[in-house]
Amino acid sequence: MNRINQLFENKKNNILTVYFTAGFPELNDTLTILKSAEEAGADIVEIGMPFSDPLADGPTIQASGDKALENGMSIAKLFEQLKDMRKEISIPVLLMGYLNPVHRYGWDKFLQQCEYCGIDGLILPDLPIEEYKSDFKDKFEKIGLSNVFLITPQTPNERIRMIDELSTGFIYMVSSASTTGAKSGITEEQEAYFNRIAQMELKSPVQIGFGISDRGSFNRACEFADGAIIGSAFIKAIQKSGSIDVNVKNFISSIK
Amino acid sequence: MTVKEDKLTALAVENMPDENGFFGEYGGRFIPPALESIMEEIEQAYLEIRKDPAFIEELAVLNKHFTGRPSPVYHCKALSEAIGGGQIYLKREDLNHTGAHKINHCLGEALLAKRLGKKKIIAETGAGQHGVALATAAALVGLECDIYMGEVDIAKEYPNVVRMQILGAKVVPVGHGLKTLKEAVDAAFEAYLADPVTQLYAIGSVVGPHPFPMMVRDFQSIIGREAREQIQEMTGKLPDNLVACVGGGSNAIGLFSAFLQDEDVNIYGVEPSGSSLNYGEHAATLSLGTPGLIHGFKSYVLQDDEGNPAPVNTIASGLDYPGVGPQHSYLKDVERVNYEVINNDEAIDAFFRLSREEGIIPAIESSHAVAYAMKLAATLDRDQTILINLSGRGDKDIDFVVENYGKKYGIE
Repeated sequence: MNRINQLFENKKNNILTVYFTAGFPELNDTLTILKSAEEAGADIVEIGMPFSDPLADGPTIQASGDKALENGMSIAKLFEQLKDMRKEISIPVLLMGYLNPVHRYGWDKFLQQCEYCGIDGLILPDLPIEEYKSDFKDKFEKIGLSNVFLITPQTPNERIRMIDELSTGFIYMVSSASTTGAKSGITEEQEAYFNRIAQMELKSPVQIGFGISDRGSFNRACEFADGAIIGSAFIKAIQKSGSIDVNVKNFISSIK
Repeated sequence: MTVKEDKLTALAVENMPDENGFFGEYGGRFIPPALESIMEEIEQAYLEIRKDPAFIEELAVLNKHFTGRPSPVYHCKALSEAIGGGQIYLKREDLNHTGAHKINHCLGEALLAKRLGKKKIIAETGAGQHGVALATAAALVGLECDIYMGEVDIAKEYPNVVRMQILGAKVVPVGHGLKTLKEAVDAAFEAYLADPVTQLYAIGSVVGPHPFPMMVRDFQSIIGREAREQIQEMTGKLPDNLVACVGGGSNAIGLFSAFLQDEDVNIYGVEPSGSSLNYGEHAATLSLGTPGLIHGFKSYVLQDDEGNPAPVNTIASGLDYPGVGPQHSYLKDVERVNYEVINNDEAIDAFFRLSREEGIIPAIESSHAVAYAMKLAATLDRDQTILINLSGRGDKDIDFVVENYGKKYGIE
């Protein structure tokens, strides 16, 4: 059983996932942030692989990606930073990014590296489900890598069922049809959508992402799902001046 | 059927793309799930209206009475004589209302948006031609319109910015990265993701996720259908050569689509080699790129070693894009179309040459096609013909050209 399944087996609610961009604020901060997040009590960490054209990301994550690329971040460098990660990190770690840089790096090598470093899952917003089924599903499952699919308020129920069938980790529920970026509060419309998904009684755990920024919105989201994902607000917190370790811990303890 | 006939049949417009939007291995739909169902909705609506007699009639009436179609084909006798080789003909898309071929698909997309009950139509623009055409179509059918445009292009193509504003559109400046066409596409996508329900993203070329490369091509294919009849009427035969500039590739596919199965017609797509063929100094995507993904579709892409789109540079804002239409990518691989390059200086030379020999000021984008056709004409016999798609007029470019190149051509 991989670490994601183990986590959801042992912990049924209030699962906190934080997202940050690899190589940001400084090139070699990746592992520091990862360690601090685990120590502070984050349940899952998602590491963004920076890309110059991130179609699904809002301004905060985009800006962090631009800075990371400027710092010299790349997929090759990220695997270099993560190669000994499992000596210190025991929580699930996922990589999030876009297809073209992975294509360019080479899929076989990429999957080998994921296995070597102990990556538990991937989130690739521009990977079509059909392509996943035909080209990647077997390869991912062979090395215990979960592919996390996104659903939105516009995703038809039959497609959600298909995603639920295919998911081996959790489902990423995008709270609104928007890019990432900390917008405060949960609207009535979103609530209706969360309830609709909850009533579908999916077999896979569900985490809510996009628009979760503080304890209030985190707790509210957890009423409807197994947990929630914080990206933009976490990135804003770690780019504050002072020690990264302290900033990470202060932020996470303000949520939990 | 012979193998050769099979191959030619496969190129027919009605056989491309496949039901998933692929032209060979290119095209498709690689987008965040927030856009998936919206793209399916657009595809369904388009597949319905393109067979709907009422829609076909409405578009035909607008093409004739609003745009001024058919656009004429003109024989450049003086220019051909001066070169002393093949005969150069122009398909005069520059004479369309709004001054370029872009109006052909903008009318179609605006009518589609209206039918889908959208309130607003949004898009990116490079040179401003697509933006002006879309703002015009939006005004005509009664839709709001936001146009995303790089700050560099806003400064360079200012007359088109004012034109869009007069037409009631909002021009949204894009200030990240190189501040040109690619960044404008990024910004328009972002705005679309924020509200895909009440808006329609009318992408400005034969690029983007399925169904856009197919839909924009279909609306532009009127260029080729008209030209095929016109040139035969004038010369008694099909053209020996076709030439069009390629950025995203909408005007080129519009012309080429009617001739893809005519194997005796040589077809040339012309990309901008900018100031040089060094990394970052051109936008010759098919000539120097490699297969990859950009803005939700698979095509040749100019990219760095890490898979990020490369910086691009050309004086033609409308060609300044590190991707290219998936059908062009396919036509390159099957060697049906030859993709060539023309640099900044050659394009400017053609800009002045056509202006002064024929009294026609071409857009800088189209000047790339004219420049290549002039080179080609010099190698041909006098009874051979070249049909250029003169995709736009150069009014928008006059300030930029005179400021940067005027002196060389006797303008103080």
